[in-house]
Amino acid sequence: MSPAALTLQDVSCTFVSRDNPGQRYTAVAGVSLTVGAGEFVSVVGPTGCGKSTLLNVGAGLLQPSTGTVSVFGQPLVGINARAGYMFQAESLMPWRTALGNVMAGLEFRGTPPADARAQAEDWLRRVGLGAFGDRYPHQMSGGMRKRASLAQTLVLDPDIILMDEPFSALDIQTRQLMENELLDLWQSKKKAVLFITHDLDEAIAMSDRVVVLSAGPASHPIGEFTVNLARPRDVAEVRATPRFIELHQAIWAVMRDEVLKGYQQQLQVKVA
Amino acid sequence: MWNAFKPNPRNLRLWQVGLLVAIFGLWHVLTTPGLVPPMVFENDQQAAFFFGEPVKVFDRIAHWFFIDRDIYSHLSVTLIETLLAFGIGAVGGLAGGLWLALSPMASALLEPYIKAMNSMPRIILAPIFAVWFGLGIASKVALGVTLVFFIVFFNVYQGVKEVSPVILANARMLGAGPRQLLRHVYLPSATSWVFSSLHTSVGLAFVGAVVGEYLGSASGVGYLIQQAEGVFDINTVMAGILVLTGFALALDAAVGRIEKRLMKWQPKGGETEKL
Repeated sequence: MSPAALTLQDVSCTFVSRDNPGQRYTAVAGVSLTVGAGEFVSVVGPTGCGKSTLLNVGAGLLQPSTGTVSVFGQPLVGINARAGYMFQAESLMPWRTALGNVMAGLEFRGTPPADARAQAEDWLRRVGLGAFGDRYPHQMSGGMRKRASLAQTLVLDPDIILMDEPFSALDIQTRQLMENELLDLWQSKKKAVLFITHDLDEAIAMSDRVVVLSAGPASHPIGEFTVNLARPRDVAEVRATPRFIELHQAIWAVMRDEVLKGYQQQLQVKVA
Repeated sequence: MWNAFKPNPRNLRLWQVGLLVAIFGLWHVLTTPGLVPPMVFENDQQAAFFFGEPVKVFDRIAHWFFIDRDIYSHLSVTLIETLLAFGIGAVGGLAGGLWLALSPMASALLEPYIKAMNSMPRIILAPIFAVWFGLGIASKVALGVTLVFFIVFFNVYQGVKEVSPVILANARMLGAGPRQLLRHVYLPSATSWVFSSLHTSVGLAFVGAVVGEYLGSASGVGYLIQQAEGVFDINTVMAGILVLTGFALALDAAVGRIEKRLMKWQPKGGETEKL
């Protein structure tokens, strides 16, 4: 069997407060997670449970306190060059046009400008921004910026795609459109995807496998569900199928207590 | 009637010019001997003596530029000093700010010294620079550089520190190396800070040049002002100040033009048009 695209083995992350070294916070503890080549895995969990931390570890942006990360069998050193990362927050460079932003990665990797331009234009068309290449990020709507981010990530043709609640800031209609587009693109390329979300519906509708994280601190996987819904799927239609509802109930049963726990903790932090 | 006349975006320029004319008019009325009876001073010559007379000031400027044509050598000296101080200070500040912002150890080490140098009243270095670099252009440039450098330096430092961590992480994920991060992320992100500092430092570059000339030189507009002051020729002092102000405004406008070209990616308020 070929090695998995991304493997986290027993990963823990403890943050130390810079101002007060005595103050520690363990975001995730003892997490083992595997994403096979071509597999679409979602991680769900209550807010503040360290989902983004896991993704940063997989991207190589964050060194785990303990545990190892391997990419296609090789231990990860530094930035994960085989991964593309789509951030939750705005990540486009505001001083570059949409085209400039999509070209950026190719430029950094030394692709000849004419070639980079052609590829970038092709990807802008694929995400429906063909006519908006010369717009600056502040001239685009939130949905258009997300599309540009998607093109920026996918133009590099990464083997692993890391996504951190990429559509959480979008309205529901735009969101479903983007989810379907992403599924289409994924279907045709079959990349490994690690998708972080707090929206269980989104997770089930898109993935092959859903991993549930416990509430923080020291959150860890508490459940794993294989989503055996037929593909290709339409994220809006699939929600009405009996199997979807079954899965939703099963996962929600595991998640509910953790969500309440996470919510209680946030309230306590505010009072303290 | 008043509604058509009161300040609005269309006649703003007219109002600005009108205000200028009004100020000079008031100045003229209050200082010209015999026009209004003296209120503050004992006789009607004193207001003119202390504050100058705008007509004579403009007469002086006209002589400088068009009749005697003797200001050009002085003006060019002052402008060269200013431009050199501005250029060297800005480039130095940019380089220093980038370096310190990107190397935490160096910035931790040098922080108290930079704070000390910034809080020091640096104008007072002028006599020392005169001793070190002589009475020529170099001492004035050195003074201007010390004034410009820190303004640009602190702004670049701040600008680089405030780069969005998400944009930075994104660029790294896209494969940018340290050099590319500097060129494509840190520098563009700091430009708005750099330009706001450049506007401030244009004026300071002039301050450095003129104060240096004022304290010891044989040419330059500061020298002209100092000579005129020695014989209580307030009109010439005022004329010198007006000329310098005009050139400082011109240099500031030039910086503004470059800024407008480089910063076209920045959002501007209200881009809709009322039809």
